Amino acid sequence: MGKVNITIDGCKMEVEDNLTVLEAAKQAGIEIPTLCYLKNINQIGACRICLVEVEGARGLQASCSYPVSEGMVVHTNTPTVREARKATLELILSNHKKNCLSCSRNTDCELQALAQKMNVGDVIYEGTHEDEKIDDLSTSIVRDNSKCILCRRCVAVCKNVQSVGAIEVINRGFKSKVAPAYDRPLKDSNCVNCGQCVAVCPVGALTIKYDIDRIWEALADNDKYVVVQTAPAVRAALGEEFGLPIGTAVTGKMAAALKRLGFNKVFDTDTGADFTIMEEGTEFITRLTENKNLPLITSCSPGWVKFAEHNFPELLDNLSTAKSPMSMFGALIKTYFAEKEGIDPSKIFSVAVMPCTAKKFECERPEMDASGYRDVDAVITTVELAKMIKEAGINFEMLPEEQFDDPAGEATGAGVIFGTSGGVMEAAIRTVVEVLEGKEIPQVEYEEVRGIDGVKEAELTVAGKNVKIAVVSGLKNARNLMEKVRNKEVDYQFIEVMACPGGCIMGGGQPRKVLKERKGIDVRGLRKGALYSEDKRLPLRKSHKNPYVQKVYKEFLGEPNKGKAHELFHTHYTER
Amino acid sequence: MSEKGTGIAIDAAKLKEIEKIIEKHKNEGGALIPILHEAQDLLGYLPEEVQKMIAKGLNISLAEVYGVATFYSRFKLNPKGKYNIQVCLGTACYVKGSDKVLAKIEETLGIKTGETTPDGKFSIESARCVGACGLAPVMVVNEEVYGKVTPDMVKDILSKYE
Amino acid sequence: MKSLEELNEIRTKTAEKLGIRMGKQVDIGKKNILICCGTGCTSSKSPKIIEEFNKQIKEKKLEDKVEVTKTGCFGLCARGPIVIVYPEETFYTHVKPEDVTEIMEQDIIGGNVVERLLVKEGETSDQIAHKLHELGFYKKQMRLALRNCGRINPENIDEYLAFDGYEALQKVLLEMTPEQVVETMLASGLRGRGGAGFPTGRKWDFARKVTADQKYVCCNADEGDPGAFMDRSVLEGDPHSVLEAMAIAGYAIGASQGYIYVRAEYPIAVERLKIAINQAREYGILGNNIFGTDFNFDIDLRLGAGAFVCGEETALMTSIEGKRGEPRTRPPFPAVKGLFGKPTILNNVETLANVPQIIINGAEWFKNIGTEKSSGTKVFALGGKIKNTGLVEVPMGTTLREIIYDIGGGIPNGKEFKAAQTGGPSGGCIPKEHLDTPIDYDSLMAIGSMMGSGGLIVMDEDNCMVDIAKFFLEFTQDESCGKCPPCRIGTKRMYQILERITEGKGKEGDIEELEKLAQNIKRSALCGLGQTAPNPVLSTLKYFRDEYEAHIKEKRCPAGACKGLTKYHINPDLCKGCGLCARNCPVGAITGEVKSPHTINTDKCVKCGLCMSKCPFKAIEKK
Repeated sequence: MGKVNITIDGCKMEVEDNLTVLEAAKQAGIEIPTLCYLKNINQIGACRICLVEVEGARGLQASCSYPVSEGMVVHTNTPTVREARKATLELILSNHKKNCLSCSRNTDCELQALAQKMNVGDVIYEGTHEDEKIDDLSTSIVRDNSKCILCRRCVAVCKNVQSVGAIEVINRGFKSKVAPAYDRPLKDSNCVNCGQCVAVCPVGALTIKYDIDRIWEALADNDKYVVVQTAPAVRAALGEEFGLPIGTAVTGKMAAALKRLGFNKVFDTDTGADFTIMEEGTEFITRLTENKNLPLITSCSPGWVKFAEHNFPELLDNLSTAKSPMSMFGALIKTYFAEKEGIDPSKIFSVAVMPCTAKKFECERPEMDASGYRDVDAVITTVELAKMIKEAGINFEMLPEEQFDDPAGEATGAGVIFGTSGGVMEAAIRTVVEVLEGKEIPQVEYEEVRGIDGVKEAELTVAGKNVKIAVVSGLKNARNLMEKVRNKEVDYQFIEVMACPGGCIMGGGQPRKVLKERKGIDVRGLRKGALYSEDKRLPLRKSHKNPYVQKVYKEFLGEPNKGKAHELFHTHYTER
Repeated sequence: MSEKGTGIAIDAAKLKEIEKIIEKHKNEGGALIPILHEAQDLLGYLPEEVQKMIAKGLNISLAEVYGVATFYSRFKLNPKGKYNIQVCLGTACYVKGSDKVLAKIEETLGIKTGETTPDGKFSIESARCVGACGLAPVMVVNEEVYGKVTPDMVKDILSKYE
Repeated sequence: MKSLEELNEIRTKTAEKLGIRMGKQVDIGKKNILICCGTGCTSSKSPKIIEEFNKQIKEKKLEDKVEVTKTGCFGLCARGPIVIVYPEETFYTHVKPEDVTEIMEQDIIGGNVVERLLVKEGETSDQIAHKLHELGFYKKQMRLALRNCGRINPENIDEYLAFDGYEALQKVLLEMTPEQVVETMLASGLRGRGGAGFPTGRKWDFARKVTADQKYVCCNADEGDPGAFMDRSVLEGDPHSVLEAMAIAGYAIGASQGYIYVRAEYPIAVERLKIAINQAREYGILGNNIFGTDFNFDIDLRLGAGAFVCGEETALMTSIEGKRGEPRTRPPFPAVKGLFGKPTILNNVETLANVPQIIINGAEWFKNIGTEKSSGTKVFALGGKIKNTGLVEVPMGTTLREIIYDIGGGIPNGKEFKAAQTGGPSGGCIPKEHLDTPIDYDSLMAIGSMMGSGGLIVMDEDNCMVDIAKFFLEFTQDESCGKCPPCRIGTKRMYQILERITEGKGKEGDIEELEKLAQNIKRSALCGLGQTAPNPVLSTLKYFRDEYEAHIKEKRCPAGACKGLTKYHINPDLCKGCGLCARNCPVGAITGEVKSPHTINTDKCVKCGLCMSKCPFKAIEKK
């Protein structure tokens, strides 16, 4: 990497030659405003907000995509630049539905923040967006094109990061908009509900479909016994919504908040994860011994499952039939738990707090009712839980640390790390290795699967057998890997897939990360760290050692993947 | 943009033909647009079924195919009328009053530009210069070019296709 | 696959046969009938005329004596279909299939000119032009890019070869280094004919200096400016010149693959290009080891699909890649990272058509044509309110007045010239006071317009300049790709303001708002098309501000063109009460007793103007 000398706003500096003007300016302490920019994902110079003057170049240049070069002289704060940015912003605002106060992104909107920062005046142009129709038919995502500013971040993420391509820019010019094919509702498209589009939308055009009202309603209903379970990744990010440092695990405060919200029982989905490991681990051992339907591919990421149903029907037999931790735990609540506590399962309203928008879809899958009752009745995301806590007037920071409710009690560290890419694999290895070797194995941590690469692989020797594993997150990485699997170019025995890059901690239902990342914060690393340190802290770190799990199998389920366990904890997939 | 004619079944021989077109271009760079052209030449428009086939054949999403198809004004999502009328709105024709010719056609047929008459007989399009500026203003019915058209002539011209 | 010797033999033999068209009468008694089959003349049924000639020649058993050749455009489209009879060079215009018998009997067999089909340039019959070069239309022209248009059969490579075809490529491959080719282009001063006028040699030089495993040569034949058809005519009349130039460019920069991006709306051009590419491949002029050297080059066609923005270079490449044709930011420039991420040069058709001649005649020769900073010629598509609509090619530096009056024959129907629009949607309107500006890239820029690709639309007193500005904005906002807000939303807002001005709803401050928007779009839009989109408004505001003010302040359209501002009324002194207007009125807005003056109910009137055109007494006025 070479160096070049440039001058930005009179400041002479030497920078690496692969930077953009935007990045170089940042080094000089200058924050150029941006809107469509998303590092490495959307650097197309479309929104014209990051314009600067580059001496010798005609017109103004988009700094987000303009490479530095030797001797370059840049001005980022001239009257022309300021006027141009402001005028463009006014144009964007003229076509944006400005019901800011009732917008779910109020105070968390990048457009709003820009307007304030750049002192825009009144928007004098008449006419708003032509398309006023709101698409809220999806289980997970609401589209409001009247707020869309066509920055295309969502399209870039959907197409280039996830390789889903559910939404595209359609039509041309003023009539162009972001929509699925034929401008149909998202629910009728190949959208997998991963919510990565929502996570990057700077405005309120793509938002999470809120189920908050259903929860409030159930909580207010004296006839309902409302239980809640929270996924591992939620604790790693919920605190961000309350100004706590990123990477703070708020397990105790979260449990306290949920109790104060009025839930009858507050459970930890980690326990569900321990069950998943029992089922999936058993399934893996069977397939490995019988050399059938290998590689086994994990199925706890609902975005990935739908993606596979759309794109890899020929690999559906390879997917683990084990349900996700959420659904397993849900099934258990309405059967074993209900029975034990003597509660009529039909009175139980089971809520799950998830980092994930696709869980809302999983929850609605018709087949998730083997017990005769819905496994889970409603799913809310981390963001929605934060909204509820705020609405209830609970001062989150001042809450004491409390415990999850018994009887499930504390889960294992294996369950906790489910929330990050590589975690399911590591948890499975911890169990599978001990079962196959038939003895206690001291090694608990497997660094090979903990990295941040999109695709990680490792080879293990288990009971004399060579086992090749791969861990992949982000659906484009998954697609590339699955194409290789389909073409038999690789011979893994076990593959973990998470739809969201980085796993559940970076799910579409998590607090927004774009602005934090823009400040250079490693959001993913910090959230991941929170989970791994919780794993380290816990006395039990292997799923099969969880006493509650052992008890339930003994008293109720029998053997994993057989009989009742199979009936309640396993599912099937359909080509879409 | 909803698709009218989804009920129209495309005959199997033509679908075979489309498959051949996809197969032929599949491995070249930028195959999508040539395929859309050839498919439309064959069918007169791009039915959803065909767009799905193309998406599958090229391993891209339907939304991407649709996004490209709706970017280019030449690609049609709905079948055109038996007689497709184009009125040139290029500068040369415009300054000579082709907008008035277009208005007259719309009035006579009772449909707007971009629409097809309910009996499927006529459709109207506005064109960006058909290249016959010497004959301005120009209208084209299928392949037949009419030059120096005035609004008065519209009725006579259309009556030839009744 | 032909060897060099074989090609030379074809050249000599065909040239001998074609001598009749070159003023050399090789075989007394032979005739050659040339018929224009460009889009314009084809639309007026020239293929039928060819059919008819061939039929009659066959019937009369004159196959040995008379040959019929279809050619590209002669340029004088207003008078098409055009037929020329060689060796006399007799120039027949407005020929109909029914006229063929007369031409056959009287001219071909009888040897007498059919006078009634000749061009009458003046009011009196003594100003009849018999021959092509006697026409005022051709006198001031200099045809370089169009040199073969109307001279050869574009579907016959032999005829192209006979007129020094592929000699430039031969010279380049056998005698010149790539550096020398680029140097020649640089020295010639040739600038891009498609828009901004970037020096062609510099483009080639950039791309040549980049190392890459693959490079591309693209030809921009996506001529989208409404009212422009220069490139189409070159492709229809002389497709091989473009292929030859692309191969030369390929050699110069080190590319082995070319693409021609041509509008699908040009079926004839597409067909002729296909034929030309196949013929060139057959002769081994495209393909591997051209002329026995180790140079390989081939060309593929890519059809545009009706998106004006694809004329922008990065958008065009994105479109060839099979995507939505949206421009991308530069740098990286296409010469470094273009089509499929490889170094690419993009030249427009007319630019390329000049290249072989520059190679053959040398840079100096070309440099001496035109003006100092704009060498060579420029082709214009002359249209609108002008007598000789058509295609003209003049040396750079020719004045607008010469083009419009001497070549174009002036404004028809005794109307007054108001403005000339050049540069299409990126250009501007040039008023009367600038008629004597010598046309080149820089002078047009200086008066607020631009060369553009060469559309030249003449407007007279009946054209409203606000309406024209609205027309162009309607075009640009409709053709905006939608990627950047200044163009997507800005042009829409400008259009909305213009719309309300022409509807009589303009308000104080609208002009300033237009200027502010225009300013912002110019400096902020992503691509060249967006940046130039406000030009039609800015140039009309500059020269015709009073018209805007009349619309806004007085709610009046001085040209009487804006429907929303015009009112029709019947002059009672002139109306004879014949009732013709009332019978024709589509909405029943005209009433009156027979034989007494009628009146128009302005509330009902839809301002279609039909009554005015029907009134035999000119009693209906528009105000």
